[in-house]
Amino acid sequence: MTMDTLHLPFATKRASGARFWRNLSFWGLLPSWLLMGFALILPIAIIAAVSVATRGAHGGFTWDFNLAGYSQILFNEGWTGELEFTPQYLMIIARTFLLAGATTLICLLFAVPVAYFISRQPPSQKAILVYLVTLPFWVSMILRVYAWMIILGKEGTLPRLLENLGFPPGMSFMFNDGATLTAMVYTYMPLMVLPVFASIEKLDGTLIEASHDLYGDRWVTLRRVILPLTAPGILAGAILVFVPSLGAVLEPTLMGGGKQMMMGSLIQLQFGGGRNWPFGAAIAMTLMAVVLIFLIFTALRSARKETAK
Amino acid sequence: MSTGHDVKRYPGLGPLTGLFFLYLYAPLAVVVIYSFNANRIAGVWTHFSLQWYSSALNNAALMNALKTSLTVAVVATVVSTLIALAAALAIIRGKDVRFRKLSETVVNLPLLLPEIVLAVATLILFSLIGIQNGMAKLIIAHSAFCTPFAFLPIRARLQGMSLDLEEASADLYASRWTTFRRVTLPLIFPGVFSGAMLAFLISMDDFITSNMLSTGGTTTLPVYIFSLIRSGTSPELNAIATLLILASLILATAALLVAARGTRDNA
Repeated sequence: MTMDTLHLPFATKRASGARFWRNLSFWGLLPSWLLMGFALILPIAIIAAVSVATRGAHGGFTWDFNLAGYSQILFNEGWTGELEFTPQYLMIIARTFLLAGATTLICLLFAVPVAYFISRQPPSQKAILVYLVTLPFWVSMILRVYAWMIILGKEGTLPRLLENLGFPPGMSFMFNDGATLTAMVYTYMPLMVLPVFASIEKLDGTLIEASHDLYGDRWVTLRRVILPLTAPGILAGAILVFVPSLGAVLEPTLMGGGKQMMMGSLIQLQFGGGRNWPFGAAIAMTLMAVVLIFLIFTALRSARKETAK
Repeated sequence: MSTGHDVKRYPGLGPLTGLFFLYLYAPLAVVVIYSFNANRIAGVWTHFSLQWYSSALNNAALMNALKTSLTVAVVATVVSTLIALAAALAIIRGKDVRFRKLSETVVNLPLLLPEIVLAVATLILFSLIGIQNGMAKLIIAHSAFCTPFAFLPIRARLQGMSLDLEEASADLYASRWTTFRRVTLPLIFPGVFSGAMLAFLISMDDFITSNMLSTGGTTTLPVYIFSLIRSGTSPELNAIATLLILASLILATAALLVAARGTRDNA
């Protein structure tokens, strides 16, 4: 038969069955592959190529192989062409890791007790509390960051409050790493609470009772029973917070000011006014590599845990 | 044992949770309160006023940005939901699918990569092949990164569903298309609805990609808000923010209610 099976009347039931399902799998997945191929895989391949291209004289780039984009992360080219080590971009990479790590940790410190408390409530209240955790997450990210600019800014709520309490006027909490961190914790918090809650909820309460019957106090029970059993949720939350934190753009741009950059805002800057595309592409490739290595590492670890069980 | 009767109770968690919710909502409340402030400087309260709301609603640039955002979000939602639905049906229902695992990873790829990397990569692609139309650029990019958000709820719904009703429908000589339309689609509707809702909200919320791809005529709402924040104190900003906060809270509540009803029907 040369006839395209897709045009067979659907009512010819069993006979064309196997072929229908095979066709479904092909035609069903084709649009996804086309879209992702064009809008994702192709651009990533191109940016990988651009990261080893040469910077154009007037912005953009030319297709000449050049590792300057990567070497610029570590070295600065002097007037005579010699390379001297410059830590400024390494500092940005280090800040990215530190802020993303701190964000994850702080979110975790809040999420575990709050999720535990919510899980102990009666079902109707539980649903409402989970809904209340989710709700702010639907508010546009830029507005959630902006809210903190109003609070911490020069004429903001917090400086005014402190002024009324007798502190010197005109205090500003903006444009430093602390401000960036504050906004990051706030924007990513629900991503930590929800998976931690999901796994604490599944926790068998009798295990906690058993631990107490064996003279484990609350601290021991927390450390030896509750935390190990909620590890999958904690790991899932950590990934959901850490990965987007590494690529944060809005928080460092708005809260950190121009100087306290992270990798995300550095990349954005390189493509802003057509400044240095190969360098921006090299940073982007570095960021992507870091994220993928982290994801593969955690996937392998949890796979090993599964097989160990 | 030193404390309490209920060994599962940890002291101080109640107040801590209370503070946590205060922390979640106080910043939004601050924006809402200042939006009614007559003073040009957001942080200095003079008296109650609705003037910034009326000037926001008469702001042509804001309305244009809103129109651009809505157009992009609606088209991207329809495209990504259809693509995600087809992919989910193929992955869950298809027989001997080649590259099943790989295909699923490809659909979810936007979740695995930092958005800023994708944004600049797409920018380079579009500038190389010379797509000038700002709207087309935004719609293509948004459709791509919205797809996994539409895919995950649909996939979850399809996977949890028994085949009994579909088999019954086939036994009653309903065609595949009729079965799909009258049985499968209504059953997975809550998943499709939450998927579409998620895709819509993600598209409306996007800043990083839109900021890279926006051209003069096609500024989206978050990009416009960013420019307002950057240009300093625009007193309208709090009113705009309040209206948007209200809109997203209503949308989110509707979406969660439908999703909750879906799980209850399923149980």
